[in-house]
Amino acid sequence: MHITRGFTGRPRVDDPGLPPGQYDAGDDWPVLSAEVTPDLAPADWTFRVDGLVAEPRTWDWEEAHRLPPSAYEGAIHCVTSWSKFGVRFAGVSLDAFLDVVRPHGSATHAVAYSHTGYTTNLPLADLTGGRAWIAWEYDGRPLAPEHGGPARLLVPHLYFWKSAKWIAGLRILDHDEPGFWERNGYHERGNPWEEQRYSGD
Amino acid sequence: MTETFVPPTRFAVPGRIAVSEQAASVWQTATLTEIRRETPRASTYRFAVPGWPGHVPGQHLMVRLTAEDGYTAQRHYSIASAPDASGHVELTLDHVEGGEVSGWFHTVARVGDRVEVRGPVSGFFAWPGDRPALLIGAGSGVVPLMSMVRHHRARNLAVPLRMLVSARSPEELIYARELGAETTPVFTRRAPEGVPVGRMAAAHVAPLLAEQPPGGWEAYVCGSNSFAEHASRLLVTAGQPVDRIRIERFG
Repeated sequence: MHITRGFTGRPRVDDPGLPPGQYDAGDDWPVLSAEVTPDLAPADWTFRVDGLVAEPRTWDWEEAHRLPPSAYEGAIHCVTSWSKFGVRFAGVSLDAFLDVVRPHGSATHAVAYSHTGYTTNLPLADLTGGRAWIAWEYDGRPLAPEHGGPARLLVPHLYFWKSAKWIAGLRILDHDEPGFWERNGYHERGNPWEEQRYSGD
Repeated sequence: MTETFVPPTRFAVPGRIAVSEQAASVWQTATLTEIRRETPRASTYRFAVPGWPGHVPGQHLMVRLTAEDGYTAQRHYSIASAPDASGHVELTLDHVEGGEVSGWFHTVARVGDRVEVRGPVSGFFAWPGDRPALLIGAGSGVVPLMSMVRHHRARNLAVPLRMLVSARSPEELIYARELGAETTPVFTRRAPEGVPVGRMAAAHVAPLLAEQPPGGWEAYVCGSNSFAEHASRLLVTAGQPVDRIRIERFG
């Protein structure tokens, strides 16, 4: 570690909720997506789960909204080093979708893909047990298009590039398959508490 | 067998740039060798990085500053310089109001200071110089685009390259002295005599899309999120395919 001459940093409290290398973005919610924001109406949104499952299934907006509602309140962490606290998302737990399609015993991973073609890979264990959502509300309002509306994946315990915007589906696999940013140099899993930012971390 | 999902766009084409895993995961010490004022709010910082593995224009690096109590702050910054064998890289930083890292650079940093860097990282926004490039930026969004322009010049590349860059005024146009015939500046608040003032518009984009080079343009958009939204919509409206638009948003 090299001390930077004259650098004191901003006034800080030791926040146990802040992973290493992150700062609190406060009220800001930066937008980071590499593609053109799609023009996607709720009526055109669908969410499919297929691959190694007993019953592949596609939900449309209304069908997905008939599943039991579930909310997340807590922090999110972006690999570019901002974190945001006290965010409130509402939608449906991913468990509710997986209970319907029933993944095979051999299933270990999933590739999440968006309506733009963006992909990201996740261990199935990171998507189950009440740790992942399909979210369509932020702070009581419909999720804005630039933040992934009408609906995005939400996996708040991993860096936020894993929470695919404009989520279109999950393909359940028995192996790991790198997605878009993972093929562009980012870490396979992306755990902020272990600073898994880039491949090789 | 289940049907295969086909997205309406083919955005997720694999990145064309192989990122060195080793380079991305190692922090190195960089020594500040030069500071150049670009505009009242932006300066260029040149670093000697002895182990720099080289980069592709459009890539960025991470800078880490460490306080005496061990507190660290790290930020992603686009690389401004073209790749070369000098063992140096340059960053151009805006002085962000209340910025923890950019504030240190603009008020404390002097030649001889050392910081830590890692990279280059991310291959998506990179342009190796192989395809016609249409570059659209605003404010400090011009930084990674300038790396591409400089690369184009340094290598004397024949592949077409055009740049549209938006600034509030001529004084705030970063790299103004370096911009050449490839660049069309757009001024939003104040312009030189005889140049219109206004936001980037379809009229700026349409002529460039009308003169499509063989194989079509690869578009690179860089700036604030609101600018990126605006510029990418101008491109789509003018007929640029969405899967040929790469966006770097300064959050």
